[in-house]
Amino acid sequence: MSAPTTTPATATPSTKPVRQLGDRIFAGSATGAGVLILIVLAGVAVFLIAQAIPAFTASPAELPGGKSLTAYIGPLVFGTLLSALIALVIATPLAVCVALFITHYAPRRLAQGLGYVVDLLAAVPSIVYGLWGVAVLAPASLPFMTWLQDYLGWIPLFAGPVSATGRTMLVVGVTLAVMILPIITAVSREVFLQTPKLHEEAALALGATRWEMIRMAVLPFGRSGIISGAMLGLGRALGETMAVAIILSGSGIITFNLISSSNPSSIAANIALQFPDSTGVAVNTLIASGLVLFVITLLVNSIARWIINRRREFSGAN
Amino acid sequence: MTSDTRTDTDRSRTDGELAEQAVVPMPLVRAELPRWAPWGILVASLVVVGGILAATGNFGIGLTLVLGALLYAVVTYVVSRSVEGGRKATDRVVTIVVNVAFLIALIPLISVIVTVLQNGIARFDGAFFTNSMRGVVGEGGGGYHAIMGTLIITALAAAMSIPVGILTAVYLVEYGKGRLARAITFFVDVMTGIPSIVAGLFAFAFFALFAGPGIRFGFGGAVALSILMIPVVVRSTEEMLKIVPNELREAAYALGTPKWRTILKVVIPTSIAGIASGVTLAVARVIGETAPLLIIAGLTTGVNLNPFSGRMTTLPVFAYNSYAAPGVPREPFIDRAWTSALVLIIIVLILNLLARLVATLFAPKTR
Amino acid sequence: MKTMRPKRARIAAVGLAASGAIVLAGCGAANEGSSSGGASAAPSATVSGTIAGAGASTQQAATQAWVAGFTGSNPDATINYDPSGSGAGRTQFIAGGVDWAGSDAYIKGDEVAKAQQRCGGDIVEVPVYVSPIAVVYNLPGVDNLQLSPSTLAKIFDKKITTWNDPAIAADNPGVTLPSTAIAPVNRSDKSGTTQNFTDYLKAAAGADWPYDVSDSWPVQGGEAAQGTSGVVGAVKAGAGTIGYADESQAKGLGQAKIKVGDQFVAPTPGGAATLLESSERVSDGGPNAFAYKLNRTVTDASAYPVSLVSYTIACSKYSDAGKSALVKAYLNYVISPEGQLAAQQAAGSAPLTDTIRQQITPAVSAIA
Repeated sequence: MSAPTTTPATATPSTKPVRQLGDRIFAGSATGAGVLILIVLAGVAVFLIAQAIPAFTASPAELPGGKSLTAYIGPLVFGTLLSALIALVIATPLAVCVALFITHYAPRRLAQGLGYVVDLLAAVPSIVYGLWGVAVLAPASLPFMTWLQDYLGWIPLFAGPVSATGRTMLVVGVTLAVMILPIITAVSREVFLQTPKLHEEAALALGATRWEMIRMAVLPFGRSGIISGAMLGLGRALGETMAVAIILSGSGIITFNLISSSNPSSIAANIALQFPDSTGVAVNTLIASGLVLFVITLLVNSIARWIINRRREFSGAN
Repeated sequence: MTSDTRTDTDRSRTDGELAEQAVVPMPLVRAELPRWAPWGILVASLVVVGGILAATGNFGIGLTLVLGALLYAVVTYVVSRSVEGGRKATDRVVTIVVNVAFLIALIPLISVIVTVLQNGIARFDGAFFTNSMRGVVGEGGGGYHAIMGTLIITALAAAMSIPVGILTAVYLVEYGKGRLARAITFFVDVMTGIPSIVAGLFAFAFFALFAGPGIRFGFGGAVALSILMIPVVVRSTEEMLKIVPNELREAAYALGTPKWRTILKVVIPTSIAGIASGVTLAVARVIGETAPLLIIAGLTTGVNLNPFSGRMTTLPVFAYNSYAAPGVPREPFIDRAWTSALVLIIIVLILNLLARLVATLFAPKTR
Repeated sequence: MKTMRPKRARIAAVGLAASGAIVLAGCGAANEGSSSGGASAAPSATVSGTIAGAGASTQQAATQAWVAGFTGSNPDATINYDPSGSGAGRTQFIAGGVDWAGSDAYIKGDEVAKAQQRCGGDIVEVPVYVSPIAVVYNLPGVDNLQLSPSTLAKIFDKKITTWNDPAIAADNPGVTLPSTAIAPVNRSDKSGTTQNFTDYLKAAAGADWPYDVSDSWPVQGGEAAQGTSGVVGAVKAGAGTIGYADESQAKGLGQAKIKVGDQFVAPTPGGAATLLESSERVSDGGPNAFAYKLNRTVTDASAYPVSLVSYTIACSKYSDAGKSALVKAYLNYVISPEGQLAAQQAAGSAPLTDTIRQQITPAVSAIA
């Protein structure tokens, strides 16, 4: 929220809130924290740009792959967006349902425990999801992917041929979805819990069914929270390194085929895979790709902010 | 706890919508399905689907459940619509969808936990918690050094990120106006987009300026993790502070409470459960990081408890290395990797409990 | 004051956590002795101090064994190794960040001058880890696969796509091959293994391998997996898969025999060691740099040409005499028969032969 606090108190000068020394200190440290973030970020930005410049100025022959910078980064951008999109499309509706289940459907005693379990799952480190994806999900999804190819092969997404090991873009997308599901759920749940009880009770008292109550009272109130949660999840999906690196069978190609063994890699995973054995311009190129990821995340977040701000009347603090 | 608070615009809007709905004339009492009906339909659907599949020779548990759930939803809608009317039928279908979605979401999550438990239990023994890997070749050894490394580095990162993150969120929601607030909002969003390895490279480049290129220490790792952690804390806290009703703030001001005490005693306690949840998410985001720590904190096989000097290993780095570069035979290395993952999850579980505890201690007593 | 209650409880909680941490911090690991006090009792021949290296993850398992063996007899020494990758290892070595680098590729080009500048003198480069790269496959019913270099190149170039292809059948007379599709698995990360494998394909089957030698896989769009573990896992998980991986990690999988001269040779550590002996030394890095251009087209059937050699790169002198002594003692242990045996047991590598050891020992002795 950019300009949230036009409290009635400040609007009417006669009842100005008491200002104390503590107030100034507190306001100062809050501002200081914000400024500190700006400083750190400026440092990171300077570092990133300085390190990326050699890649922009280098001749194509020096770059990894021997083609232009766009030809190197392009497929990575595509892979990053595709995997994150799959994850988001799968995870968001599920997460909203799970959050609703916990807050409005589950028996009250069960609900708290479930909330706890979800929080815990949000905390499973990404490397564990990576190991799980490669050891459990990839083999388990092979029959399903074969089925997709057999019956839905006419859709380009499922053209196949099916990867022999199951380490495909679809599996990565599902793994990322599993990773971000608890994040989106946790944020949505907290927001749903804050829905004013009177709204809900009023709806029910007027004879609304539970779903109507949710549709008219809970979801509008929680929309900004759901989007925020989805963006947090998307941020993690876009930047996910190890899980993608471990699972995905990736190379530098662009394809919408989700179930074959040829998949575009993602930016973060590619950095992790290529960085250790890179020297010179190759390192600069990787950092340049990091800069691109930076910009992508920024765009995605700006769009989310814009959506949230359109619905700001439901925020309590303005 | 703060149920009697909302803005007038909200009230009129919601009531207005409800009023529209309520215009439809309807009898005061309508027929309802008996309580056993949903269960009956569920069992019947599963039996019918299972029977048909078995008859055609395609029987499978998964397929039966999927098709059975579909049939259940359709039959429920039709029956409920004919007896109770369309609105009630929709409600029943949504209930089924929500329940099924919850069950679907549970499958992978349970599978993850079971996998880690199955593989990690082999080395989940006393030696793992008391031994390091110093001087260990092949079997034996443990993750004590990595456990301590994880605790120290994560604690330092949290100690830096949580205050800065929460204060920034407070600034954005309670104080921020104009250009600075917009800049901070914008750049916090940018920060969520820093790839983790870049955070590690930045921390390394930063400390190498002062201490030379040989610098490897735990504190540097904590700084790298903070860069990743702060934006998550800010965004989730901001979201929670925003939904604290304004009436609470106004009531506090009306009683003459200064703003900082209002924030500390009213706003933050009201949203503390959500903030704690967000902080846990943020810790979880960074506690499993490998790439940045390998660059700035290095790798060592022995215990190092001083974050300001010398290399430190954390559990994810240890797990990743054991998995990626095992010796011969592989099994002890792979076992240690899974056990590290298990221990990591347990640590997060304990942190989660602590966060809940903090939330309960701070939350306003409503009754 | 009512508001104090939660605060006090919070302070108590923090205090509890802090004291818990102190209790934990008070004890070291059970397997680590209090080495600092043992210096006086130790024999005078031991060295002490801390050195750190970084580089190839190929050497990681072997390095663990070397460090364990070396610090076993020199309890006051601490040796760290970051498996951050060959390129990163060389870069950090040149920048002065680490005392030695582990590298799957020998140092060459402008890196030599930079490294010499960092050392203020000559560099020392010796092979320490030799290992055969096995061509691993998963094809039920076929447990003795033989491949000629050109067939191998065509398979990995995706020119041969089924297992019953005439070219494979010609290499395997009398074997019934299924019509399963071939799924070649390659490394998705940059690696010395890929570098050595493509080097072999280029040298031994140049006509069928149109790509350059490269540490990242040049053919687009195959099954790619991270690290040796990833490749081995992928080959195990799929049917009809074929990949390349460090032989020591390839247990339980089919390993193809590769045509050398007119015989088919299985990957063995001995074959890799023999290959190194029959290879030509390149002295890009100065008099104390022992790098080898592996003889991929060897015709002697006791050598196995698809092998990998990993080097240690160090300085011939360090500003700190204690550090020189420690690096020298450590490297002497690494190339010694005991050190090589330890690596063989822990990492499955091929011990250096005596001939090679005699060649490279003067280089290690030159560290002062």
